[in-house]
Amino acid sequence: MAKFDLNDDGPIVIVGSGAGGGTLGNELAQKGIKVVILEAGGRNEIQDFVNDEWNSFIQLAWKDMRTTSGSWRVAHDFPNLPAWIVKSVGGSTVHWAGASLRFDEHEFKIRTVYGDIAGANLLDWPISLAEMEPWYAKAEFKMGTTRTNGIPGLPGNNNFKVMEAGARKLGYQQVHTGRMSINSQPRDGRGACQQIGFCFQGCKSGAKWSTLYTEIPKGEATGNLEVRPNSMAVRIEHNAAGKVDGVVYVDADGKMHKQKARAVAVAGNSLESPRLLLNSHSNMFPDGLANSSGQVGRNYMRHMTGSVYAVFDKQVHMYRGTTMAGIIMDEARHDPKRGFSGGYEMETLSLGLPFMAAFLNPGAWGRSFTTAIDGYSNMAGMWLVGEDLPQETNRVTLDPAAKDANGMPVASVHYDDHPNDIAMRNHAYQQGAAVYDAVGATRTFPTPPYPSTHNLGTNRMSEKPRDGVVNKYGQTHDVKNLFVSDGSQFTTSAACNPTLTIVTLAIRQADYIGGAMQRGEI
Amino acid sequence: MREVDRRSKIDRRNFLRTAAAVPPAAAVAVTTGLSIDGAWADNAQTLKPDTMRTLAKVARDIYPHDHLADRYYIAAVTPWDAKAASDPKVKALLEEGVALLNQLAQATHKSAYAAVAWEEQRVALLREIEQTDFFGKLRSDLIASLYNNPEVWPKFGYEGSSAEHGGYINRGFDDINWLS
Repeated sequence: MAKFDLNDDGPIVIVGSGAGGGTLGNELAQKGIKVVILEAGGRNEIQDFVNDEWNSFIQLAWKDMRTTSGSWRVAHDFPNLPAWIVKSVGGSTVHWAGASLRFDEHEFKIRTVYGDIAGANLLDWPISLAEMEPWYAKAEFKMGTTRTNGIPGLPGNNNFKVMEAGARKLGYQQVHTGRMSINSQPRDGRGACQQIGFCFQGCKSGAKWSTLYTEIPKGEATGNLEVRPNSMAVRIEHNAAGKVDGVVYVDADGKMHKQKARAVAVAGNSLESPRLLLNSHSNMFPDGLANSSGQVGRNYMRHMTGSVYAVFDKQVHMYRGTTMAGIIMDEARHDPKRGFSGGYEMETLSLGLPFMAAFLNPGAWGRSFTTAIDGYSNMAGMWLVGEDLPQETNRVTLDPAAKDANGMPVASVHYDDHPNDIAMRNHAYQQGAAVYDAVGATRTFPTPPYPSTHNLGTNRMSEKPRDGVVNKYGQTHDVKNLFVSDGSQFTTSAACNPTLTIVTLAIRQADYIGGAMQRGEI
Repeated sequence: MREVDRRSKIDRRNFLRTAAAVPPAAAVAVTTGLSIDGAWADNAQTLKPDTMRTLAKVARDIYPHDHLADRYYIAAVTPWDAKAASDPKVKALLEEGVALLNQLAQATHKSAYAAVAWEEQRVALLREIEQTDFFGKLRSDLIASLYNNPEVWPKFGYEGSSAEHGGYINRGFDDINWLS
């Protein structure tokens, strides 16, 4: 395992160890490139995970204060918890469900396909699906995604079987147990899924892909990668030539250090990454690093989401087995006849009793609520996830008053639902309820969005520097040795879960960085 | 399908460990045979016994589950006594909130809140104070202190931690038998 000196300016410093940072770190290390990953959270391994929702939340979640505003219901229900993401080595790949879907072709060019939509800030990606396909294939192979590379799908659990039966009655065609980066058979030194449930609390069997026990130990084994936990990046610094030269971070004891760097890659998820760039303002970059476009923090997307839970007259036990156990993909198409642009996926989801009480209808009480909870063992559930539209005014800014323990301004998250998001959510609620009604639901619940798990777009990719923050390789338009490596690169959100695309972009970016170093550009 | 045994299986050591780690979960183990109007409340150190009894009644009125015995609601409200001891603001919020509720009950029903006969009458009083900090604290604390108690999980057919049992791969993850 490598250990680098703070004054060694040879390594590439990556901020964050999740899908983007963890993957990039390993890919670079495999090429012989020196890497330091600064991870804000501690190193919790598989044996540390607990099958207990609140205790796991305390162990893994990013609980540092954030502020919120806007018309989205999350700002009302969870004003200081806009996102449900992870602060621990492995980042949100510890918590993720495992769904690994490729974008559709049109989702890389929605400005062209959807046209101009009032109130939205649509832009085509500077990459096409054709360009991404070979990289998607590498990511699916790396992650062992089911229904790719000859890997069989996972078996469906009770929750999936209910959804599948309803979907068939409605005539849906694309219904299966998903493309999941969860081993359906032993692979890559990890076992097959034991149907434990608690996928969101850290996989106790290691069947689910996470950078924590795949990319990171593989990178460390090369001797080129050092992961430094409990290291909260507070500022990226640059030299007189405008190149970044290191990252200032605070360690577990509250001591500040600067790790020098040959290049820096920011992968702290879409709230912290723009916050870090904005907090790195200087005389040369008064509006923050890489922000000459003014787009850092803007176009925040969090997906159109919601859930539908249903109660039946017989038992389901939805919590048994894989949390996201299957999918209906028929509504993911772009079909404006439904009254909105873009589409959505319907994916099974279950919560344990403690989180069901907290999230079914936050703030609700009395018998309408408690009779729903009384039906817990007879419940089935699905999550609705669809494309939300980028809006310039949906953004992460630095809170003018609130500061963290290190005295740095916290992220303030503003989000208003676009009318397109609302029309899509209403359609999805209706279709979700119809799926369950078709198999005899006695009651259905259109459940509001949870704190955001898919945070996207706040450092978006653009062909032209004035439209976004990074180019097609995640390299910032303004600073050649500064990269963005997480979902904040996304130009638009697409309907599907983002992790596969984040991993794909990280593999591709590592290749680009390796080439740029060989050419002496970095 | 494999059903869940809903009878109480008290594992006190596990329960206490969970409770200690998760504020504001119940800090006392659930003891059988308690009822809301009983002598349990006399053990309170900081809050008045009548306040504790009223809080337990309010807890049941906020989240009524007829299949849950009083002892689960008592366990859910008991931690407020310790919180009131360590934070005078909490003490004032709870004592003043209960006093207000009793005042409203007296005005409408000529009795204390806990003695108002029908749940819907008590709920009407709670609706009057729904926007207060007092009610907001009760409701949000109870979400964890009532539902995050592992002893109540089997009552709802929830089985809790599964990894140590080998997951559900051989324990009914796909045993649904009523879909046609």
